[in-house]
Amino acid sequence: MTALVSESRFPDPDRAYRALIDAHRGLSDQDSAALNSSLVLILANHIGDQGVLEEAIALAKQSLERSSPDRS
Amino acid sequence: MSTRRTLYQFGYRRCPDQDRPSPARHPVVVVGAGPVGLCAAIDLAQRGVPVVLLDDADRIGEGSRGICYAKRTLEILDRLGVAQPCLEKGVTWKIGKVFQGNDLLYAFDLLPEGGHKMPAFINLQQYYLEHALVARAAEMPNLDLRWRNKVVGLSHRNEGVTLTVDTPDGPYDLEAEWVVAADGARSPLRGMLNLSFQGEVFEDRFLIADVKMKGDFPPERWFWFDPPFHEGHSALLHKQPDDVWRIDLQLGPHADAEAEQKPERVLPRLRQMLGHDSFSLEWVSVYRFQCRRLERFVHGRVMFAGDAAHQVSPFGARGANSGIQDAENLAWKLALVIKGAAPESLIDTYDLERSAAADENIGHSTRSTDFIAPRTAQELRFRNAALALARHASFAKRMVNSGRLSMPSTYETPLSTPDRDTWSGSLRLGAPLPDAPMRAQDGRPVWLLEALGGEETILHVPNGDSRPEGSRVLVIGEDLMDEHGHFAERFDATPGSTYLVRPDQHLAARWRQAAPDLVKRASLRLRGVDA
Repeated sequence: MTALVSESRFPDPDRAYRALIDAHRGLSDQDSAALNSSLVLILANHIGDQGVLEEAIALAKQSLERSSPDRS
Repeated sequence: MSTRRTLYQFGYRRCPDQDRPSPARHPVVVVGAGPVGLCAAIDLAQRGVPVVLLDDADRIGEGSRGICYAKRTLEILDRLGVAQPCLEKGVTWKIGKVFQGNDLLYAFDLLPEGGHKMPAFINLQQYYLEHALVARAAEMPNLDLRWRNKVVGLSHRNEGVTLTVDTPDGPYDLEAEWVVAADGARSPLRGMLNLSFQGEVFEDRFLIADVKMKGDFPPERWFWFDPPFHEGHSALLHKQPDDVWRIDLQLGPHADAEAEQKPERVLPRLRQMLGHDSFSLEWVSVYRFQCRRLERFVHGRVMFAGDAAHQVSPFGARGANSGIQDAENLAWKLALVIKGAAPESLIDTYDLERSAAADENIGHSTRSTDFIAPRTAQELRFRNAALALARHASFAKRMVNSGRLSMPSTYETPLSTPDRDTWSGSLRLGAPLPDAPMRAQDGRPVWLLEALGGEETILHVPNGDSRPEGSRVLVIGEDLMDEHGHFAERFDATPGSTYLVRPDQHLAARWRQAAPDLVKRASLRLRGVDA
């Protein structure tokens, strides 16, 4: 089973990040959320591995807890 | 609201058990004469076990209810002698289409290959199935069907159960060695044993209407996400016999169930969908779906089956189909135990195998309901993203979920002997055998599953050695001719291939070359005998 790769993989991570920002520029929150939903589905399918997907979800949830310290 | 009058009425008749000084004792009492109870009772009776079947009503025919019967269910019904009238009356179909708005997103074919006796699906009002089953039950001298016999009390005794049964003539007691509780989603027997029935309730309400009209839709399953005639919700259209169409409309979580069933609300909705008003309403009901199950299906000598044991949402036709598969799984095991040919522990494998099947069905049905009725704004975004992507990317079509239609379970079970050889083909260990067109010794065409019937059987492809030994052996090329090569292909058969088949036509073991002691051990194992 492949494990989720959490080390950096893009030769130029800044450009990859920028591509995501560009994609959302000018979109309403609602359209942004819709775009992200499509992206998640496309990328999840590209990964094509239930275990990796679940690890990614767990990692994202962990970061959600950290980024919202006022959440009880 | 139910506009349909009762279709079939049966009479209460006083039976000799009501006049006995002490309770009569029966090997099996089945409670509930719906499709599941009737199938269980007929199967047991066919296997030589005398059965008493109790039902609290005396009529069938109120509402179409379950309408989709899957290939595996039809194969079971065929073995029980009732598939023919169902096929003749039913609407055969195998194509499903999924629309978003006005556009066809994709179509699927549930049985793309030929060479099977039974079609992928038929649609048939539940009362026609029940009527065919009741007619079959009436032919069987060892099946005693008692209408208006309502079980009102249950107590466990040593090696059995005492039931108190209420009738128009007053109550009487019955003793049963085994009780099959097939008394439906609201199962009174479940209540009598204080068993909890837990799971997930879905908030969305759905309107189910059967409409009589001359329609020119093809016999296919059509499902719409966000159709122009019912914006923001889903809709389903299915053809039934007698020019009746099943329509299923999502109403949302806040719909008022009672108000939505009133003709002044229902008729405009249907008019909008159908584009005309030359139709009449046969039956209307508003549902909220639940997916839940008993933790265990076997409680002492009481075994729960069908909706009494598990409940699913209807997207996928997994209710009646899985219930009938419960009945078939239970019947052969119970018959062997009652005849002393298997240990009582074989019944525990009913719980094991059908619990796993229930979980599988609940999983599918929960995921379908999640997709059809998203609960949060983000769930809806994911759903809509999958629908939008489905137009451009093939992976997303497979995520679109309008109901995954009932398929039989492949049992991972101690009754199977694990494969030691490598196999291809469509046959799976623990799964029901794929059918194949064959010819009998006398040249008459026969389907493989017909030839198998309900007995433990060894299928063997000769390789020059002697036939394997078993209670029943069918040799390919001698007893059954594989004219078209379907058997060889589906079973990945080569000279020497030997297959051990359970009485429910699921595969218990297979070998490329079968040593007699291995076959013998596998046969004991499929009956739950330690070997």
